[in-house]
Amino acid sequence: MISQPLVQISGLSKRFDVSAPWLQRMVNREGRKIVHAVNDVTMQIERGKTLALVGESGCGKSTLARLLVGLYRPSSGRIEFDGQDLVQTLNSAKARALRRRIQMIFQDPYASLNPRWRVQDIVAEPLRVHFPELGTAQSHGRVAELLHSVGLNPKDATKYPHQFSGGQRQRISIARALAAAPEFLVCDEPTSALDVSVQAQVLNLMQDLQSQRGLTYVFISHNLAVVRHVSDRVGVMYLGRLVEVVPTQRLFEQPQHPYTRMLLASIPKMKKGLQSRAPIQGEVPNPLSPPSGCAFHPRCPQATAVCSQQTPELRHFQGIQIACHHVQG
Amino acid sequence: MSLLDIKNLSVDIPTRHGVLHALKNIDLHIDAGEILGVVGESGAGKSLTGAAILDLLEPPGRVVGGEIRLSGERISGLNPQAMRQIRGKRIGAIFQDPLTSLNPLYSIGQQLTQTILTHLPMTAAQARQRAVELLEDTGIPAAAERLDQYPHQFSGGMRQRVVIALALAAEPELIIADEPTTALDVSIQAQIIELLVRVCRQHHAAVLLITHDMGVIAETSDRVAVMYAGRVVETGPVEQIIESPRHPYTRGLMASIPRAEAQVERLQYVPGNMPRLSDMPGGCAFHPRCDRAMIDCTSLVPLLETCSARSQLACWNPLPLGQASDEERA
Repeated sequence: MISQPLVQISGLSKRFDVSAPWLQRMVNREGRKIVHAVNDVTMQIERGKTLALVGESGCGKSTLARLLVGLYRPSSGRIEFDGQDLVQTLNSAKARALRRRIQMIFQDPYASLNPRWRVQDIVAEPLRVHFPELGTAQSHGRVAELLHSVGLNPKDATKYPHQFSGGQRQRISIARALAAAPEFLVCDEPTSALDVSVQAQVLNLMQDLQSQRGLTYVFISHNLAVVRHVSDRVGVMYLGRLVEVVPTQRLFEQPQHPYTRMLLASIPKMKKGLQSRAPIQGEVPNPLSPPSGCAFHPRCPQATAVCSQQTPELRHFQGIQIACHHVQG
Repeated sequence: MSLLDIKNLSVDIPTRHGVLHALKNIDLHIDAGEILGVVGESGAGKSLTGAAILDLLEPPGRVVGGEIRLSGERISGLNPQAMRQIRGKRIGAIFQDPLTSLNPLYSIGQQLTQTILTHLPMTAAQARQRAVELLEDTGIPAAAERLDQYPHQFSGGMRQRVVIALALAAEPELIIADEPTTALDVSIQAQIIELLVRVCRQHHAAVLLITHDMGVIAETSDRVAVMYAGRVVETGPVEQIIESPRHPYTRGLMASIPRAEAQVERLQYVPGNMPRLSDMPGGCAFHPRCDRAMIDCTSLVPLLETCSARSQLACWNPLPLGQASDEERA
């Protein structure tokens, strides 16, 4: 807690213009349509820890991930990485040095590896970019080490991605991300395309790598059971906003926000008879026309008049951060 | 007599590099009104089993042995016309992706009434009335107005409700649900599972529920069949499979599932991967990954044998009976 957070996000927003073409707008007399994919997000990511982002599809968690690695430019707000402004630095001469420190692992290991490249070339690409001083022999040596550290055989370097199973491909993606020797890894649903038994292997590997290398993870998932297993802190998102940021243990033991409680209640329980899950009522509203006030109020059992008028702010409350009129009192 | 009885079913896929034995001697049965969960990793043959029952195997895959009986009547090897009388009428189907299982060019109402008119002796007006009732049953608000809308005007969860309504349209005795919630959000998943169980009980339909999500199975199924590499390796009541599995593979599969109820330091897992069909080990297909493998396991295939009234097992060296796997999970 004393050390400075690795990433400091303040007032971050990303808007997408999804309007119809100009002529069509004129004919149909419509205005522009703007989606607020990420809306006024403020949070910190601590060094060496894992922050999980959860929420239903369309809540903005993947957009936030892409903002964090610089794949999108924020519409407003700031991201500070280790004291430097992310957007400014990525536009300056120091961009490459910063990019080396931030890497990403994608969801689909079938789509994120080039099928025409050998594993050797895939894993060595970050080395060529960030460590051009390495010779061919040294680079081969590094690739062998990296493959070994993710539990693959260094001899696999001459094979192509199609010769591997889904779990093995995700290990290749991890090796590629680690090649740049990053400090910060953004993982967008890294195991949701994998079978459970393979998922367990990959999750354990990610935990080992974190403790060996002191990595900081942002872990995006819609699977709360996985989140409980891997993360230290959880940020719950709903329609582009953070509604609760809380240590993992507390999220599962004393969920505060009504939305978080609904999400937890919707997880299938492995023991029969304890309690059957209470399905969440309704569906995620259209992000093009979000409800007024607290975006969750139409589905919320505790909603009152104030919820449909005022948007609750994310405030500190008994050691957690939460955006709800009824919890803040 | 069971509603559905599968005996010794084998499916082969001939390829340029030789014949792949995709399903081997599958034995399964479902009683009337029962929900049977089928679990296993990708490539275990779960979906293929469902497709074989519906006679929807993709060529060149074909049934090469065994038989499938519905209420005692053989339905495997029927001609396509006869099968079309059964599919939709006596066996309904729900697939993973609700967008691709609806025709985008027809309204929901057209698709529902067409299914009803094909299988039930009704007038067009009666069929339309029944379509509205079905949509109301599956929890679609303002059903009468939405009948004339097209699939793209529905959200993912609503579309899956329409697909369930379609599967139930002709009052089938059996529904094959192949990963019905995999494409949906967790929150919507809970709604759809609850709906599926409720309407199937209401309409007295049995369900073959294919999924890789053990949580879904735990909540819905009466019995579970675990598949591995084209064979059924264990069946039993759902509590028994989850709490005290006897096949080492089932135990490994259960231990690898992260649970939201409790936090563990490390997840257990079965080392290695499921073998490819083209590269199947001899004997028990699981022996290279099994910590209880003995010399027999490498050469002899264990057959699925009945060990109690409701459970079956295919293993030479199973975990002892009644030993709760608590220590393993600790």
